[in-house]
Amino acid sequence: MGKKELLSGNEAIARGAWEAGVRVATAYPGTPSTEILENVAKYKEIYAEWSTNEKVAFEVALGAAIAGARSMTSMKHVGLNVAADPLFTSSYTGINAGFVIVTCDDPGMHSSQNEQDNRRYAKFAKLPLIEPSDSHEAKDFFKEAFKISEMFDTPVLFRMTTRLSHSKTVVELGEREEVPLKNYVKDFRKYVILPSNARVRHYVVEERLKKLQEFASQTNLNRIEEGDPSLGIVTSGISYQYAKEVFPEATFLKLGMSYPFPVDLFKKFANMVKRIIVIEENEPFLEEEIKILGYTGVEGKKYIPLCDELSPEVVRKGVLGAELPHPEPLKSVARPPVFCAGCPHTGIFYNLWRLKATVTGDIGCYTLGALPPYESIDTTICMGAGITNAFGFELARGKDFSKKLFGVIGDSTFLHTGIPGLIDIVYNKGITKIIILDNRITAMTGHQDHPGTGKTAKGEPTKAVDIKEIVKACGIDKVYEVDPHNLRGTRDVLKEVMELDEPAVIISKRPCALLPEERKKQAARPKRKVNPDVCRGEKCMGCIKLGCPAISMKDGKAYISELLCVGCDLCIQVCPFGAIS
Amino acid sequence: MDRIFNIIIAGVGGQGILTASEILAKVAMEVGLDAKKSEVHGMSQRGGSVVSHVRFGKKVYSPLVEKGACDIILSFEKSEALRWVHYLKEEGGKVVINDLEIIPTTVSLKLDTYPTNIEDQIRDKAKAEVILVPATDLARQAGDARTANTVLLGVISNFLPFEDKVWEKVISDNVKKETIEVNLKAFYLGKNYYKK
Repeated sequence: MGKKELLSGNEAIARGAWEAGVRVATAYPGTPSTEILENVAKYKEIYAEWSTNEKVAFEVALGAAIAGARSMTSMKHVGLNVAADPLFTSSYTGINAGFVIVTCDDPGMHSSQNEQDNRRYAKFAKLPLIEPSDSHEAKDFFKEAFKISEMFDTPVLFRMTTRLSHSKTVVELGEREEVPLKNYVKDFRKYVILPSNARVRHYVVEERLKKLQEFASQTNLNRIEEGDPSLGIVTSGISYQYAKEVFPEATFLKLGMSYPFPVDLFKKFANMVKRIIVIEENEPFLEEEIKILGYTGVEGKKYIPLCDELSPEVVRKGVLGAELPHPEPLKSVARPPVFCAGCPHTGIFYNLWRLKATVTGDIGCYTLGALPPYESIDTTICMGAGITNAFGFELARGKDFSKKLFGVIGDSTFLHTGIPGLIDIVYNKGITKIIILDNRITAMTGHQDHPGTGKTAKGEPTKAVDIKEIVKACGIDKVYEVDPHNLRGTRDVLKEVMELDEPAVIISKRPCALLPEERKKQAARPKRKVNPDVCRGEKCMGCIKLGCPAISMKDGKAYISELLCVGCDLCIQVCPFGAIS
Repeated sequence: MDRIFNIIIAGVGGQGILTASEILAKVAMEVGLDAKKSEVHGMSQRGGSVVSHVRFGKKVYSPLVEKGACDIILSFEKSEALRWVHYLKEEGGKVVINDLEIIPTTVSLKLDTYPTNIEDQIRDKAKAEVILVPATDLARQAGDARTANTVLLGVISNFLPFEDKVWEKVISDNVKKETIEVNLKAFYLGKNYYKK
């Protein structure tokens, strides 16, 4: 028996990749998928990169697979939207060495802008879909995914969810299988998707899908767990664990490979049980497959909600109509996430709030600028839209309106999909102003490097992209750099660019306050203190409006927590009475 | 051990909830039990409310504790205990609370108020045993205020079927080398605090 470890689903996938002999791994960070590549990067046998975006990640890994190396790419659910273009065509080209795409969906939207169920991508792109239900399966099924990929000459979609990615369960470790590089033979008809070749390949895809469907009934990824025949439950992924928790006695059809649907295995199962309920999170993906077969009496979404994450109590309440007896809920205090003490975004959003600017936002920590106390973001759609939405506002409301309009975007995000939007503004003669919130890291997902930081995913030094030079090369003549911790200086620049009749970019440059080097600097700085004799307390609240988590009101006066203060001195700058030192 | 233990660890982002729940799950794994743990946190980890579910027993399915099934709530911050009491079993649950108040910005901005009579509210509504622990003081006694999480693990070790030497091993394996001694001291200060 191998050594046992407590691993998260993401750590288990990384281990599975290593054991499966993967050579190339690519990703763009995004919760809940981020830790997959972070852990893959620790294995010296695997090349691992943070790509500039998910489409790039997908295409690099696909290229490596076509060239003969087992490869993988991982991203969050909305990341697959960015990579959807190559996804669909890769189904036509097929692979050479195994290629697995991990999509980490986020039911319940713990840190996402929507709740899409990416199982639908498998059916849409006609690819096999694998769904593990705990970390041990994540590791084992990941290895199996490469076998299926090579057996059927297809990319494989591997679907995780937040609960699987971030739960830790017991995993038995195995050894790495050294898989040699496959021969690469040029194959114009397979890999060059000219219309004449693609037409032929579509038939290949349909034929493959039929074979995969037969395979789905034979693979041990799918199984019947015999139990009480009065209730049959069809389920996959984490939903299996919740269903098993609530109905330990039932008969289960437990699907680890859920697309194409294992028709024969299901028919066998259906003959064994009296009543069938499908328990699945979000979309009625399996339920629809069953109903297409003509099993109209099967129930699922009738009991299990479409929205939000499942849990044992949601399953119990949905199917049995009752919860376990429990105490009444009690009210606690609202504790929304806030910018960290010393966060560089604080200075920008404080100023934008003071200027009453219209702000189109983007995806990153700075999305919190939409919440109190600033409430100074008007839109947040997806990565890159901070820039393009702003230009849309200008087109709709004219140049006068857009003087007080700013698009904000992070450094990693600017490189991800911000650049084309900026070019669009210049090319189409806009005057929209953009602020690049450059905190020198991909902060929100936990400090991953990007092309601007000068370090690779493996921690090796590399050439760093110069964001200022890129901005200039896009055709922006007015480029400013500000330190957001200098409130007055930042405000002066914001006011100056508002008067311009041409587009401008302000690069707000200061490292994330949680970076290790920053923490060292903070330790050397004095903690700030309020002089209660000078503080006007409730009558003023100036420092509270800064939104710093270290500042609160205590006995009618402002109070700075010694534990949280990092000595950034923003509060000194906003206090009109000089009460803070 | 036939039964399954369900534990919820709650607090504010940045308080060491992750480490504490990791140690707890690994203690169970160390003695050969099946163990699952799951963290629930949103966009920013800091300042926001954070919770971790830990379950262990012979065979565990769901990584999430079911409402009405929780044996112990361990709260690293006073008001955070209130948020999860409806997860407790109807009777016989325990709530271990760190006697520490962290005032959120929402309260300073007068968008919300900080709850009062927290202990009484829980005793009344949840009929649970409430244990208030001056964990930060005890951690200071151990030598480092940041070991409050280990103090609290020491308190709940009184209710769990694991030997001290297993706790010692797992704590030692999971904290920085130079802090092992302080953490073990903190663990026993917590353990003995409840015994008194």
